[in-house]
Amino acid sequence: MQNVIIIGAGLAGLSAAVTLAKENISCALISLQNSERAQSVLAEGGINAALNTMGENDTVQNHYEDTLRGGVYLADPNAVQNLTGHAPEIVRWLENLGVPFNMTDSDIMLRNFGGQKKKRTAYARSSTGKIIMTALIDEVRKYETAGLVQRFAHHNFIQLLLENQNCTGVRIQNVYTKQVTDFKGIVLLCSGGMNGIFPGRTTGTTQNSGDVTATVFRQGVKLGNLEMLQYHPTTIGISGKRCLITEAARGEGGRLYIIRNQQKWYFMEEKYPELKNLMPRDVVAREMYFVRRELGGEIFLDMTELPEIAWEKKLSDLRQEILHYLAVDPKTTPVPVREGIHYFMGGIDTDVLHRTNIKNLYAAGECTCQYHGANRLGGNSMLGALYGGRKAAETIMHTADFKSEENQSYTGKIFPPASPVLIQEISQILLSGLGIVRNQNDLQTALRELEMLSQKKVYSFYEQNRLLLAKAMLLSALERKESRGAHYREDYPEKNEIFRKTAIAECSPELNIRISFRPIPEKRSDA
Amino acid sequence: MISLNLEILRRNSPEESPVWKSYAYQTEDENANIAAALTDLNQTLENPVRWECSCLQKKCGACAMIINHRPRLACDVPLKEFVRAGSVKLEPLRKFPVIADLIVDRSILFQNLKTMQLWFAEEAKTNGSQTAYEASRCLQCGCCLEICPNFYAGGEFAGMAAMTLTARLLTALPESQKKEIFKAYRKHIYEGCGKSLACRDVCPAGIEIDKLLVHSNAVAVWKRKYRHEK
Ligand SMILES: Cc1cc2nc3c(=O)[nH]c(=O)nc-3n(C[C@H](O)[C@H](O)[C@H](O)COP(=O)(O)OP(=O)(O)OC[C@H]3O[C@@H](n4cnc5c(N)ncnc54)[C@H](O)[C@@H]3O)c2cc1C
Ligand code: SF4
Ligand code: SF4
Ligand code: FES
Repeated sequence: MQNVIIIGAGLAGLSAAVTLAKENISCALISLQNSERAQSVLAEGGINAALNTMGENDTVQNHYEDTLRGGVYLADPNAVQNLTGHAPEIVRWLENLGVPFNMTDSDIMLRNFGGQKKKRTAYARSSTGKIIMTALIDEVRKYETAGLVQRFAHHNFIQLLLENQNCTGVRIQNVYTKQVTDFKGIVLLCSGGMNGIFPGRTTGTTQNSGDVTATVFRQGVKLGNLEMLQYHPTTIGISGKRCLITEAARGEGGRLYIIRNQQKWYFMEEKYPELKNLMPRDVVAREMYFVRRELGGEIFLDMTELPEIAWEKKLSDLRQEILHYLAVDPKTTPVPVREGIHYFMGGIDTDVLHRTNIKNLYAAGECTCQYHGANRLGGNSMLGALYGGRKAAETIMHTADFKSEENQSYTGKIFPPASPVLIQEISQILLSGLGIVRNQNDLQTALRELEMLSQKKVYSFYEQNRLLLAKAMLLSALERKESRGAHYREDYPEKNEIFRKTAIAECSPELNIRISFRPIPEKRSDA
Repeated sequence: MISLNLEILRRNSPEESPVWKSYAYQTEDENANIAAALTDLNQTLENPVRWECSCLQKKCGACAMIINHRPRLACDVPLKEFVRAGSVKLEPLRKFPVIADLIVDRSILFQNLKTMQLWFAEEAKTNGSQTAYEASRCLQCGCCLEICPNFYAGGEFAGMAAMTLTARLLTALPESQKKEIFKAYRKHIYEGCGKSLACRDVCPAGIEIDKLLVHSNAVAVWKRKYRHEK
């Protein structure tokens, strides 16, 4: 028996578990695989906080403004105020959990990251996510032993248990034994991004299949800004996926170029003299798309001028990785790079307190549409996951009314997983509409194709859910008739104040999808 | 073009006795690895091969299995290695209970970490310690346990997967935990290890197990003071 059921054991889930356990609230921590295998271990570059240890007069206000501007004013300013205001404390907390951040002589070292004018990103060489996760997993182990956190690794989310728009728990299957159990209690979703909607095309893990988001959508949970997919400018194609080259490579001095008239053209430096190669990701990715469309050929990331000390102290893992997968040494040879899907700014719609539209259902981390608006800044998502997990747990702690109901075993039917063939078909259709540069024509064609696919046969529960989610993604992109952050419409190349709103997708009980636009909340003085 | 046979030791459940099945596999991708081959193969099978993966870039330890008699990560091993031989053998790790096909239950590994009470009981700063960093990289994949002559599930010896995590703690261990952690280290690591270092050679993360071991022994067994390296 538990008070809270957390789905997902990455940074968001672990952060929530610790917060609850400290207050003696018990939770079941459910995940498809152990925390060591969660996508959070892949984060490389770092985590943002205005610690101001580098003598640059950085402030929380600066961090707040950069985050809002990076997200092109689509994020809730109150939520961003909370996030950035607590960032220094979160990073100090991690330091006290024994995370070996890179240090100056006396304090945590900060580095430059895209879209930010000050050094604000704390890091542990090029494996920041992994190193933070190790410390956090150790911390959670303490509470596991005390009986406050009960882990259920290799358990799969099946569906929410709902009674009259009220969430009473969640149905879970043990992947090893196939046993199914109805877990009763408050539910917190920390299930990560929707990588599995684009198999092989993202930098993330295969574990985050997108099924949780698709299923809760079908069950009535509202989603926001689904059109906001972040393409990371620098990824390399490796067997089965896109592999990220951390933004830190550019933070340390890496430069992008393409060959024009037989010469290296450092296009970002020419077009954006202030931030150069460190413009926000959406801008870099789009410029790469345009110069490649114009000139053809590959774009290269030139890291050959990086100082020896940067390779040794900051990017050693990155160098090993490139050597391993591409058999080239980035110290001496520029690396061909392409854009790859890297982050989902959109997802489960929550308020500042991390509540969803369904009572007793909360969400945090990359599965949510929170903090990042139209574009996430590098280093803000680990922060968003850690802070979001904590904030959700605090809301639950302060407002939820805990019932103690026993879990029940379930012996009814379980739906089969979606077929890999259908998953690929849906992904192809989505990619044709949701590329870096979009337009009405492509989006309508994609919607028609999706409609045809949907009519082709009778699909199973999870297949239907995916088709519905895919349709909502395309419709959101079609309805947002403007360009903002990651969403670029050739036919509407400017941003439009009318659309400075959250695109909300809803699925009715009859499985009809509706997109509406909700104004961004005003900033409250007490936030 | 790569073309070879995937020989896979298969069973549908723990109770079934395993049988070797052979699958012809071809790919245009010269850099394809075992993980990619399994993903592709599964698209064509009625009864897909069960295996675990997550990151596909050797950073999560999910896909550990025995590949031609050695514990390795499927996403770390290129098919090229086996083209000349024409086939490669895939089996589940042997030190852990098999669930199905290539999936094993590695719970014991996590249970051992709990038994040893591996965590910081109080706030502890590691001050950018290189040892803490290196130790934190451990994937908990279990390859080191698989190869180790002294490790078996249910035994006292917790192996290098537990040593790495202890090594992080030892760089900043609060006074209040010293007695217990030193004792656990002696019992579950120091006394069981024959120091042959077969583990170091298979560690897919390339963790400097030997260095961490010397270091941890010095602190936990010989009670030398931990010195921060720069
Ligand atoms: C290569 C890479 C580099 C990155 N670098 C950075 C960086 O430098 N800085 C930064 O701030 N961010 C970075 N990010 C982003 C950041 O890592 C993630 O956004 C963040 O870690 C997400 O944490 P999370 O807890 O929300 O989800 P995750 O860590 O993805 O965890 C999701 C959890 O949900 C569980 N789950 C999923 N589906 C199911 C299911 N059906 N049933 C049960 N459980 C399920 C999984 O098992 C897992 O435990 C990077 C991401 C990638 C891919
Ligand atoms: S050194 Fe030898 S005995 Fe010790 S853990 Fe490694 S393989 Fe096992
Ligand atoms: S020490 Fe190496 S082989 Fe052993 S669990 Fe850790 S990463 Fe795997
Ligand atoms: S899938 Fe993560 S290590 Fe192979």
